[in-house]
Amino acid sequence: MRASKLKKTSTNVTSPTQFLSSQLPKCPTGIQGLDEITLGGLPRGRPTLVCGSAGCGKTLLGMEFLVRGATEFGEPGVCLSFEETAEELTVNVASLGFDLAALIEQKQLVIDHVYLERGLIEEAGEYDLEALFVRLGYAVDSIGAKRVLLDSVEALFAGLQNNETLRAELRRLFRWLKERNLTTIVTGERGVNALTRHGLEEYLSDCVIVLDHQVTETVLTRRLRVVKYRGSTHGMNEYPFLIESDGISVLPVTSMDLKYGVCNDRLSTGVPALDTMFGGAGYYRGSSILISGTSGTGKTSLSGHFVAAACGRGERCVILSFEESEAQIIRNMRSIGIDLKHWVDKGLLHFHSVRPCTFGLEMHLLKIHKIIRQFSPSLVVVDPVTGLLHAGTAFETRSTLLRLIDFLKERQITALMTTLTSGESAREQTEIDISSLVDVWLLLRDIESGGERNRGIYILKARGVAHSNQIREFLLTDHGVELREVYLGDAGMLTGSARVTQEAQDASAALMGRQEIERKQLLLECKRRALSTQIAALQLALETEQQEAQQLIEQEKLKVTKLERDRGEMASSRFVKNSPNVSSGGSTSGPRARAAAKGGT
Amino acid sequence: MQSGSRRTGNPPVAKWELKLYVAGQTAKSLQAFVNLKRICDEHLAGEYRIEIIDLLLNPQLAAGDQILALPTLVRKLPEPVRKIIGDLSNTERVLVGLDLQRQQSASSQ
Repeated sequence: MRASKLKKTSTNVTSPTQFLSSQLPKCPTGIQGLDEITLGGLPRGRPTLVCGSAGCGKTLLGMEFLVRGATEFGEPGVCLSFEETAEELTVNVASLGFDLAALIEQKQLVIDHVYLERGLIEEAGEYDLEALFVRLGYAVDSIGAKRVLLDSVEALFAGLQNNETLRAELRRLFRWLKERNLTTIVTGERGVNALTRHGLEEYLSDCVIVLDHQVTETVLTRRLRVVKYRGSTHGMNEYPFLIESDGISVLPVTSMDLKYGVCNDRLSTGVPALDTMFGGAGYYRGSSILISGTSGTGKTSLSGHFVAAACGRGERCVILSFEESEAQIIRNMRSIGIDLKHWVDKGLLHFHSVRPCTFGLEMHLLKIHKIIRQFSPSLVVVDPVTGLLHAGTAFETRSTLLRLIDFLKERQITALMTTLTSGESAREQTEIDISSLVDVWLLLRDIESGGERNRGIYILKARGVAHSNQIREFLLTDHGVELREVYLGDAGMLTGSARVTQEAQDASAALMGRQEIERKQLLLECKRRALSTQIAALQLALETEQQEAQQLIEQEKLKVTKLERDRGEMASSRFVKNSPNVSSGGSTSGPRARAAAKGGT
Repeated sequence: MQSGSRRTGNPPVAKWELKLYVAGQTAKSLQAFVNLKRICDEHLAGEYRIEIIDLLLNPQLAAGDQILALPTLVRKLPEPVRKIIGDLSNTERVLVGLDLQRQQSASSQ
């Protein structure tokens, strides 16, 4: 018992469809996007009504359901076609890359064309549609089919007069399909006030999908909506879808919650000076960057740098161009020294150049999704997003861009968008008002002064990045974009020649200043030297005087000594004969005595 | 009506060749056969042959002859092929369907 429980859990985990909804088993259609909206596919073993007006793709959806079932999920299918023959169907879906003939050959598919023409059939009495059951049952059994397409069962209403019988038989048919556990798509033509012309939705209440197409300003958009899905949650909105060379793709859900991860990698913009404006490290990987500016301010050239830098790091890039062709962009970039051709040849760069008006916004978005899925780039350039404005209303464009940005964010792909701002409108308002959607906003602007037009660049915002608040002058040179410090002086901000002139003036002023200083220094030196000479002369004079004074002092001293000696001599000459005892007695003192003694010896 | 297809009527090569498609011996299919036999004997005595095809036994035949409703009567000969569905209880509609109405009115004139 425990083992079986375990086994059950493990199968639940391995099958995502069962895991998503344990109550209702689902049957994956294999149609891109549809399984996401229905959270796993159509209700298994139950009929699903697909309705819509003529030409909206009901049959194609049904056929893809069968073909994908046969080729991808190992579930053979039966198509009961009331409108087209097997040959017609084969030809019709060959354009989607489906080879029905081969599938029929491999016993993966049976197409039974049920032909009914009102005028050729006479109704005489009671009847039922047992033969339809017989045919369907036979076809299902012959290949072990798991999927059925009834396209479109409403043709019966045109072919048979007895509506009551028909309705009862249809009800019986749908019940029969359920009993046989066949996952079925029943197509129905859109009615005036109802989902289907003949009220099929009364009998098919498990799952109802409505297809629609709208033409807005000559552009067609196909839409799909899951109206009802009993026993399961599902996406509620209208989702645009495409019918293309590889089948139907439905645009997946706009992510409602902002749950994408973030990346802390900082990437170089390719312009070193711009990197320094971003705190020296560039932008975050996976951020959305907007470059806005009036025409001719160098938006495309700047994005060229981003692309070349990314390719240089070995990353893959996609350029979605709505104004210029691939060749034109490559040529123009070469003129500023960026070689994109090299990266295209290396397979790192992919161009997608279309006129925006060729198809609707949804179509654009879907195509972009497809390219991104196929190419898996790390940088996507949309040049310009304003190009998309022509493909829809402002509201639509905004929501489309939101979805695009979300889509890229989820995959941590950096989005670089350029937008053209018209001269008259406020500079800090982009036409489509996507400023709040982006993380980094670079503004390029014209600076007109002194009879010339120069370019300025500044960072209007950069979420999570310390960035410069300065306006730099933006130069397009033959070796790429260069940023210069602008001149800020008394006269305000100067750019271009005015800046050059001012810089020259400044330089000469500085030179003059330097010369003045040199002159002053020279003068000072002169003075210093003159003074020091004076000091030396004075010193000399002082020394001379000192010497003279010394001499005088010496002379005076000699004089004094001499005087004293003379006096002594005189004294001794006076007392030597009178007192010879004095010297022998020795008791007498005083100079007179000594002198006398000296004089005595 | 045990076999998949059973022939009723006299001549081996008949002017009128009719096929009645049924699915088993239901009340409707029995009723249709009885009604058909009656109409044929009345209007096409000696000129017809009826083949009964049971789709429960030969389901593959349903698609080939584009059979949808049961019972279905198919007039193979004379050309063109015509189809009548139902238990053939409405004789007038059967005659219209078999294109016998006109012949009858033409012979009565």
